[in-house]
Amino acid sequence: MNPINSYTELLRFQANCAAAMTELNKNTQINVSLATCSIAAGARETYAAIQDELQQQSLSDVTLRSSGCMCFCYAEPTVEIFRPGAAPLIFGGVDADKARHLVQTYVKQGDLDSEIPLSPSPKLLRIATANCGEINPENIEEYIARQGYLALGKCLFEMQPQEVILEITNAGLRGRGGGGFSTGRKWQFAAVNEEKTKHVVCNADEGDPGAFMDRAILEGDPHTVIEAMAINAYAIGAALGTFYIRAEYPLAIARLEIAIAAAREHGLLGKNILGSGFDFDIEIKFGAGAFVCGEETALIHSMEGKRGEPTSKPPFPSESGYWNKPTTVNNVETFASVAPIIRNGSSWFNAIGTESSKGTKVFALAGKIKNVGLVEVPMGTTLREVIFDIGGGLEEGKQFKAVQTGGPSGGALTAENLDVAIDYDSLIACGSMMGSGGMIVMDDDDCMVAIAKFFTEFTMDETCGKCTPCRIGSKRLYEILDRITNGVAEMEDLDKLRSLGGVIKDTALCGLGQSMPNPILSTLKNFEAEYRAHIEKSECPTRTCKNLLDYVIDANKCVGCSLCARVCPVTAIHGTVKQPYVIDIDVCIKCGICIDKCRFDAILKQ
Amino acid sequence: MPETLAPQPSCSCPDTEHPQYQELEAFIISLPQKKGHLVTVLHKAQSLFGYLPREVQQFVASHMDESLATVYGVVSFYTFFTMVPRGKHPISVCLGTACFVKNAGAVVDAFEKELGINVGDVTADGLFSIDTVRCVGACGLAPIVLVGEKVFGNVTPSQVTKIIAEFSSSRSVA
Repeated sequence: MNPINSYTELLRFQANCAAAMTELNKNTQINVSLATCSIAAGARETYAAIQDELQQQSLSDVTLRSSGCMCFCYAEPTVEIFRPGAAPLIFGGVDADKARHLVQTYVKQGDLDSEIPLSPSPKLLRIATANCGEINPENIEEYIARQGYLALGKCLFEMQPQEVILEITNAGLRGRGGGGFSTGRKWQFAAVNEEKTKHVVCNADEGDPGAFMDRAILEGDPHTVIEAMAINAYAIGAALGTFYIRAEYPLAIARLEIAIAAAREHGLLGKNILGSGFDFDIEIKFGAGAFVCGEETALIHSMEGKRGEPTSKPPFPSESGYWNKPTTVNNVETFASVAPIIRNGSSWFNAIGTESSKGTKVFALAGKIKNVGLVEVPMGTTLREVIFDIGGGLEEGKQFKAVQTGGPSGGALTAENLDVAIDYDSLIACGSMMGSGGMIVMDDDDCMVAIAKFFTEFTMDETCGKCTPCRIGSKRLYEILDRITNGVAEMEDLDKLRSLGGVIKDTALCGLGQSMPNPILSTLKNFEAEYRAHIEKSECPTRTCKNLLDYVIDANKCVGCSLCARVCPVTAIHGTVKQPYVIDIDVCIKCGICIDKCRFDAILKQ
Repeated sequence: MPETLAPQPSCSCPDTEHPQYQELEAFIISLPQKKGHLVTVLHKAQSLFGYLPREVQQFVASHMDESLATVYGVVSFYTFFTMVPRGKHPISVCLGTACFVKNAGAVVDAFEKELGINVGDVTADGLFSIDTVRCVGACGLAPIVLVGEKVFGNVTPSQVTKIIAEFSSSRSVA
């Protein structure tokens, strides 16, 4: 492959790739999602079964492809089947047997034969995840066929750097990592700096537990991020870009490495890109399991091979960052909106969303929800629409209790907030924040005190230790919550949580510490009665806090089958066959295996 | 921008003839520059040795022109790096929010009871170790357990015995 070395050549190459895809679309295609969740659910076996069945059925003109995440995480493995003349259909739960059946019926004869495809919600609007689940992320030509790298070509040959920044600013794109800062303004600060050496960084650390939007984009469409980084570099005058990616994403790392190599091979990265005279290349640096390295100054220090400790701002990285040079740090999802904005124009993007928050947001919907997965919707969509329409609501018989947004930095929103139009400002007004997009749904089985304790334990583990308010404050907050969940706290502990939380918010060095009290303060505000029950009555209303409950066998329901006694890992259950069994609560470790196994619902938490 | 540096091994670590040390040294030499690559090198070292004992840290310090204190400061900061060996089949239970609300804590307890060790320890035969991780981003299949690179989804405490058995059978092959 010779590098493409002019804009005209790029346009011609793109047209050829698009024509090749059109040609492919004349035949039936089967597309198997091969992302982390898909593979864990058995997608490789599904792929092999389809390959074999196509051969057995002599269907040699059917193309079998693979792609990244189709965003129906609850239904993995997912397979999309396209028959010419019909709309593409996506099927979920496609194990090897179902795969063979689909080949024999729908693929071969167009007969669905009782298979029901998934129905994507019409409320979804995919911009950042447009290519995820559609293209093979390891084939640059499929990206180019869908107008990939044309935005970069347009910038290099038809726009000045300042015009690029103006477009991004006018589009209203704000940081999708959680900060919500204007992307155009951030680029402008770096652009006007007179330093000759500048850097572009992609924050692919995605440390928020429960967030997986960036992973899906990197595994499904790495080129959109690479292209955007090149555009960013052109706009500010940088020649080097760095991906800072968490070590826990091996598949994303592998796909990025393939994509970077392919971009170099095609003359889209490296020296004299497309013959324009612009040089830009990318390196990859790995995280090593530190949540604080999602904060941009800590991230930069980690990239420099040091402990990932944040430093005070100002100076901001756009003034002095990587090796003390002007550096822009942007999130994966932010980058994924850049090429579409350049191709379609800022007015197109600006027309989507709300007054303060333009475009779309990808949410990672998880927890006690039927349709766990990635949901990309216009800003301004309500929580109710996301959770109940697109998310399918909660499991049968369960009541919605709260939804946590913003991860360990955010708060719990309640049923009162369900009709809030989601944007950066509205979520803050409700006592939470957008964060990176993690949305964990909770039901009436979840103890909000235990949730607050979980987040506090997380930030206590992850504090870098540099500043006293966060290092010591997090531990003190955790100790108070631990006392509450063990039934040995006092009412004045609630006042301590509020006042200590307020002090930490005001005095911590970085965003991790400053936002750490949020889950506590928000659950205390919305669920004070639960906290009081733990303290005043040593009771956990949801039967979650282990030290406040006992596992007991209901003698009226127990038939004495002895299954629980046999599976108990600590031999805490005793009895005679066909007589009700008894749990020794002094030995019981409350692991729940007996409840899992009991066929008579005879074991209760009291 | 990239600088090439001539290799100057100057430490007297034991076993530097060992192939793993040689591979690590070759990796360091192949870097465009040493500056800024300490975390990268530690990742490589851990992938070669399985963990980062003092001797390996000393080797890295000498070859990266850093003090042992600096290297130790970096190793001890990041949870990914370990100074104690992990099991042949390292078990990692995800304790991210989505897994937590789906009762991942009970899965951790079940592994601890079944193997007779606590989180952070290794079994006496060196076969298994248990650690917790903070979100691998596969929340669609919560709770998640990783054994080595294999991902198990929708894990309940009652499946723990079967998961361990799948890897225990390799004992006779090893």
